[in-house]
Formats: sequence, C-alpha cells, structure tokens
Amino acid sequence: MGRGPGSNSVGVAKRIIPCLDVDNGRVVKGVQFVDIRDAGDPVEVARRYDEQGADEITFLDITASSDNRETMVHVVEQVAGEVFIPLTVGGGIRKVEDIRRMLNAGADKVGINTAAVFNPEFVREAADRFGSQCIVVAIDAKQVSGEGEPLRWEIFTHGGRRPTGLDAVAWAEKMVAYGAGEILLTSMDRDGTKQGFDLPLTRAISDAVSVPVIASGGVGELKHLAEGVLEGHAEAVLAASIFHFGTYTIAEAKSEMAAAGIEMRL
Amino acid sequence: MRRQVAVIDYGMGNLHSVAKALEHADPAVEVVVTADPVAIRAAERVVLPGVGAIRDCLGEMARLDLIGVITEVATEKPFLGVCVGMQALLTESEENGGTAALGLIPGRVRRFPENLRNSDSRQILKVPHMGWNQVEQLHPHPLWEGIAQQSRFYFVHSYYVQPEIETDSAAVTTHGLRFTAAISNGNLFAVQFHPEKSQEVGLRLYQNFIRWDGSHP
Repeated sequence: MGRGPGSNSVGVAKRIIPCLDVDNGRVVKGVQFVDIRDAGDPVEVARRYDEQGADEITFLDITASSDNRETMVHVVEQVAGEVFIPLTVGGGIRKVEDIRRMLNAGADKVGINTAAVFNPEFVREAADRFGSQCIVVAIDAKQVSGEGEPLRWEIFTHGGRRPTGLDAVAWAEKMVAYGAGEILLTSMDRDGTKQGFDLPLTRAISDAVSVPVIASGGVGELKHLAEGVLEGHAEAVLAASIFHFGTYTIAEAKSEMAAAGIEMRL
Repeated sequence: MRRQVAVIDYGMGNLHSVAKALEHADPAVEVVVTADPVAIRAAERVVLPGVGAIRDCLGEMARLDLIGVITEVATEKPFLGVCVGMQALLTESEENGGTAALGLIPGRVRRFPENLRNSDSRQILKVPHMGWNQVEQLHPHPLWEGIAQQSRFYFVHSYYVQPEIETDSAAVTTHGLRFTAAISNGNLFAVQFHPEKSQEVGLRLYQNFIRWDGSHP
C-alpha cells in the first residue's frame, strides 16, 4: 500500500466525554447553558454537547427507585434517535436483561460498577453475551496508602463510603481478564474537588491494562484534561461540572488539548 | 411505493441506531428492520450491521436461515456491511479460535497484535481500537461523495479485515498498523467504523449509500 505504517496519520484521537446525571428521566446537578430551553431535558442537553463536538456522551442513571428505571430506556431511545455519537449508560446495570434493554434502546456501551464488585462473573457473562466492546467497568478508587508508603488504592462502593479491600490495579486487571472493553476510573479522593485527576492512580491503571481507560473525578480547569492524557496516559477524559456550568465549552477544551500536542477530533 | 432500505435483523447489532441514522440521513426513505428473506429481497438496498463476536453473528444468521439471502443480495443490489457485518463477508476470521465466514470477499479477519505502537510514539496502543480515527480514501467512490479525505469516523473493534485482493480495499486507517477500514467491490461496500455513531460524516455516508445505484465507480 505504498507508504509505511503511520507515515502521515497519527492515529486515534483522545476523547472528551461529558457525563450527565439523570434522575427520573431528567438531567440533574445543574446544567446551566445560556439559551437552552429546558436544561433538564436529556435530549436537548445531549444535542448541545454533540454540537460542541463531544466525542461520546455518558448518562449516569441515579434514579433511586427501580420502578422508574424504564424511564431511562426511553431517554436513551430519544437521544439515540437524534444524536449520532456513542452513548454510554451507567447506573443500575445489574442483570443481563438490563444490558439488553439499554443496547436495544440505542446505547453503545453500558457501565457496570457495584454489580461487578459483588459479582465479577456478571462482567464475564455480559462480555460473552454482548461483546467486550460494549462493557465498561466503572471503578471507584481511593488512596489507602499513608504518607511515605508506596502508593496504593482500593475499590470503594456506595459513593466512596464503603471499602472493599480490593486493590484497584489488581481489580482493573481482573476486570479486563473477565472481558471489560474499557475502564471508567474515578478517583473518590478527587471527585468534586476541582483539583484535577489523581494522576498517579490514572497512570498506574492505564499502564497496567491493555484496554482504554477513561479518567474521571476532579476536573476543574482545562489543563486538567490534558494532564489526564499526557501524565495519566488516559485514552479519554470525562467531566461534568466544568461543561454543565458553561465554564468551558467542549470545543474550548479540545483546542486546549490539541495545543498541548494531543491528537483530537477538531 | 417508497424506496426501501432493509436493515438485516439477526439479533446482533445496534439496529435502533442504524435505522435512526438512515432515516435521519434521508427522511424520504423507508427503513425496514427485518429478518424476513422476502422483505430483504424486496428492498431496494440492504444494510448488514453487526456487533459482538463473529461466531455468534454467523451462528444467528445461519439459525435464522439468512445466509442464502445475504449472499444473494450482496451480489445483486446496493449492499452495505457495517463493523462485524463487514468482517462476516470475508473468508475466515481468527476470532473464536478460527471461524469460517461468508466468503464473499477473499481474505481474513485478524486480531490486532499485542504491544502495538505507532511509529512516532513509545506508548503501547490500546485494543479495542476505540474512538475517532482518520480514514484515508484510496480511490474515488460514490459513498465518499462530500466526505473529506482523512475524515474521522468512530471505530470500536479488536479485529480488522485483510482482503486478499488489493483493489477490494476502499480505505485505510492506522492503529499501529495500516488496516483496511472500508471495502468496495461492485455493488458491495463495507466499513469497519460505525457511520451511525460518526456524526455528520457518518450520516453523509448513509445518505450517499441511499442515493447510490450500486454501480462500479
């Protein structure tokens, strides 16, 4: 085919993924765009992020009551009918049937979190049934090593309140061996702090596994996104509040990352 | 009668997204999601989607008695294979310990090797190859109409196609190695990426497919 490998193309772009919390079919946690008619409408918010150049969109279903889970299926159907970029749905995915419904509704990937911790075989079953490409295992990790000790992180559940004793790096390796096609890694120490990703954690997991890692938790400024890729070795970066509050657009985030020398879809 | 596109439904694929994207690309077209050979034969053009493991995909095609009709329409009318729907067209795949496929395009489906790197980077590349990558069109084709050279499309796959006949390759993409991202052979076109997830360029490719008469460029 003429030229040698990689002669002019530099390959796959790093991704920016806005994450929306959805409760009973409504976007919560304050999306504050100017000139948006209904900031609670997942379709409208997703469309806006699509226009800004989001590479994917993640919905986190935080609906407390399982009676209202069906609402999320309709949200996914509506968004998938109008927004033609990849969609991931996390939250409340516990059974093979939950995955099937989300994929049939138009989701491309599902995020499995707590269910993986309590039943790792579920990840294997899900990957066997639907393929690794649609199984994202979400990992919530927290540093457990003390001052002066070698860095160590463990898996926590219930919003970072409950320790499991599982080593985060070993757990990520195990989930990939079980068929996870991607890891969504959230630092519970950094989540909500706006201080940037836990870069040593991100790098430790990214370097340990063969599949893409999405860095999450702590983004407060645009330079944090670039750090996640350059220092954390993440393939993708996920953020919520900096985009929701209109502090920055996805387009601004992409230009900043491109200016830092990162391959982006502009 | 409205012009019909049949999306072959064998229970393995994001059919909702494919159907919606086709409808969005050309609202005048009627999209029929179906496993009925009669409906597939009656349609003006056909899309074969597919995700997941190739053995499961081929197994379901066989179970639903679709192999005959797929082989038939793939040589007769405008036909578009997507992702595993493309890989299934080759002779065989390395996936699942070796799987014989439909054999409509001579060649193999291979797994990305481990420790894959781009020439300009020390970092090991991730598999699955997941995300937006550039597609280099190798020759003009009606399906590339209005799509810029090196446009980025959305990929998610761990296996890639290696057609035996060089002219079957319609586009290449680099992920550590240069692989065939699209196949073109007469009335048949196939893509490794997901047009239904590739925003405007993807919708444009679907629109081009809907308007294509299936002739050789």
